[in-house]
Amino acid sequence: MYYDHFVLPFTIGLITLLIYLCFKYYKWIKSFPREERKKIRKGLFSLQTIRSGWEIFRESLLHHKIFKTNPMLGYMHMTFAFGWFLLIVVGKIESMVYHTSAFNPPYFAIFFRYFHPANETFPYSETFAFLMDLILLFLLIGITLAITKRFYSRLFGMKKTTKQRAYDLLILTVLWLIFPVRFLAESFTSGLNGGGSFLTYNAGNFFGSFLPLEHLSYPAWWVYSSLLGLFFLLLPFSRYMHIPTEMVYIFLKNWGVKQGREYNGYSEIQVNACSRCGICINTCQLNSSCDINDIQPVYFLRRIRNHEPLSKQAENCLMCGRCEASCPVGINLNAIRQSQRPDTIRVVKDTYAYVPEPEVKRAKVAYFAGCMSHLTPGIIKSMQQIFEKAKVDYSFIDERAGICCGRPLALSGNWQAAQIVMDKNQEMIEASNADILVTSCPICYKTFKEDYTLKAQIMHHTEYIEMLIREGQLKVNNMDVKTVFHNPCELGRGSQIVHAPENVLKQVSYKITTVYDGKKSLCCGGSLANTAIDSGQKTKISGDTVKAYTAYHPDVIVTACPLCKKTLSKTSTEIPVKDIAELVAEA
Amino acid sequence: MINFWGYSISETRSINYDKNDKAMTEYIAATVPSSKLCIGCGGCTAGCTAGNLTDFNIRKVQMLMKRGETKDAKEQLQKCMLCGKCMLVCPRGVETRKMILEMLNFIKTNQKLED
Repeated sequence: MYYDHFVLPFTIGLITLLIYLCFKYYKWIKSFPREERKKIRKGLFSLQTIRSGWEIFRESLLHHKIFKTNPMLGYMHMTFAFGWFLLIVVGKIESMVYHTSAFNPPYFAIFFRYFHPANETFPYSETFAFLMDLILLFLLIGITLAITKRFYSRLFGMKKTTKQRAYDLLILTVLWLIFPVRFLAESFTSGLNGGGSFLTYNAGNFFGSFLPLEHLSYPAWWVYSSLLGLFFLLLPFSRYMHIPTEMVYIFLKNWGVKQGREYNGYSEIQVNACSRCGICINTCQLNSSCDINDIQPVYFLRRIRNHEPLSKQAENCLMCGRCEASCPVGINLNAIRQSQRPDTIRVVKDTYAYVPEPEVKRAKVAYFAGCMSHLTPGIIKSMQQIFEKAKVDYSFIDERAGICCGRPLALSGNWQAAQIVMDKNQEMIEASNADILVTSCPICYKTFKEDYTLKAQIMHHTEYIEMLIREGQLKVNNMDVKTVFHNPCELGRGSQIVHAPENVLKQVSYKITTVYDGKKSLCCGGSLANTAIDSGQKTKISGDTVKAYTAYHPDVIVTACPLCKKTLSKTSTEIPVKDIAELVAEA
Repeated sequence: MINFWGYSISETRSINYDKNDKAMTEYIAATVPSSKLCIGCGGCTAGCTAGNLTDFNIRKVQMLMKRGETKDAKEQLQKCMLCGKCMLVCPRGVETRKMILEMLNFIKTNQKLED
């Protein structure tokens, strides 16, 4: 029987960790709403489970998304995750080949070098020794990179790296020590008994030349086992909880579980799946433009996890979604933040009772301009021209007595009041009996799609114009102007509309390609979601955004949102800002 | 009110600043300092979505709030849909939307205390 007392810290740590994890996940999943739990039962034996396995390999081990953000950063994360994984898997295979049984105790593979007498060979033992040394070297390089990143984060494409707390630094040190200590323990044993390969064998001989290895080898194994045990015990209360939780999250996500309006066990799983890599800090414009450094998801989720006060941080977010788009774990950051905003408006029977019964003309197409478009009459006028040019039977439903779509209320956490406004709007839209609902405002568009239950097809005006052009109802000319496109947050990242506006713009102008195209666009700063920053800070964000687009020397900055247009026009003094509809109406 | 052949006696319309409850005024001045920049131009009210359909008047609400006439302000506030147009119109950069949200916050917390 292969056993020594030093395996106890590791074994106890591992068993405690597994019991704790089972208990936690059971508790969280039990708190899901019933329909979400049903999805798990349905998804468990579907193709999605296999797909999740592939995603876990790609994201949790190889870190493919982080590679896309920055290759060095991706490489660092990969060496840790994939290296450790290989060390466990190859070690296990090695132990199974040696032991010729799958059922050896888990610690046997981990401390294989200690238990295996080096003079006893088994099939491919040299190859295994070589592989294990190679993987260990791979991990040691990863640790060197990680330590370098702490001090020179810019090398890894990060202007700032996450500020960790004392407890996190403790477990970080434990993690960093695990592999060098394993290296020492294996080297000492190899130095004494032989065995090992290019790394540990040579290192063992080297250490043996000046160290009393017979006194050091056994304690080194104790230290290695204790570090592993300590890491397992600290893991659930540190950011490394993300290692098991991210895998659970990937399964749940692929089975179709959705983050609703309420904060529940699913949100809890997502909060724990955050690895605090800090990529969100770098994409956040509040950081780059206003030097606000305590509200980014990495810190916000940590506050939620540690039950710290967070009402101020919850409000201080533009909800532009840049962090969500860059998050390698794919956490629903906006929805979680929104769930932390309090519902303050008291709803009574006559809340918004002043809204009149809808009186709208029936037509095939209903046009809902939205509150903000009423502040930018140019957009409305252009849309009317386009409708008339294309000879569309349309009805301008919110021309006189339109109300808000309800999303601004929802963004501030007031879902109950929002629901009343939404119901009234729904009534008005249905009264028009339209097949297509066209809106000029991406904020309205997003809520129509996600929160309303409309029979009509919902289209943003960019999609609608694209359709008119494609079907030949609208003829446009290519004008001799250079344009850049600022994709509004709620349209591109928020509603996945990327190609329609770009196609339209390419047909009416010369569109310059920028690094901010598609889902990488910048926020205009005018977002209604942030109530914590003042108008000066908003102007700063908007100014920086204009500067970024101006660097491409366009004739016009084009957007597709009345709020963005209004905000950017205030700071763009030299280059005009236009809505895509205005450009199309001119063409 | 008794009607004397087309004439009536108006209610006294005097504001007693000493008697009015200024708790909300002070709270808003602290949480939304930009509210002090208001010049009362009424642009916010002119563009207001709710004001288009009812007598809701943001300029008036903030004036009532500043005078400490909290009760009248409270009734008016329930009509706002928080669409944010007022904020974009404001020439002084007052965070009108935040001001309304904070007033609602204040009312909610104080109501809890009263209950």
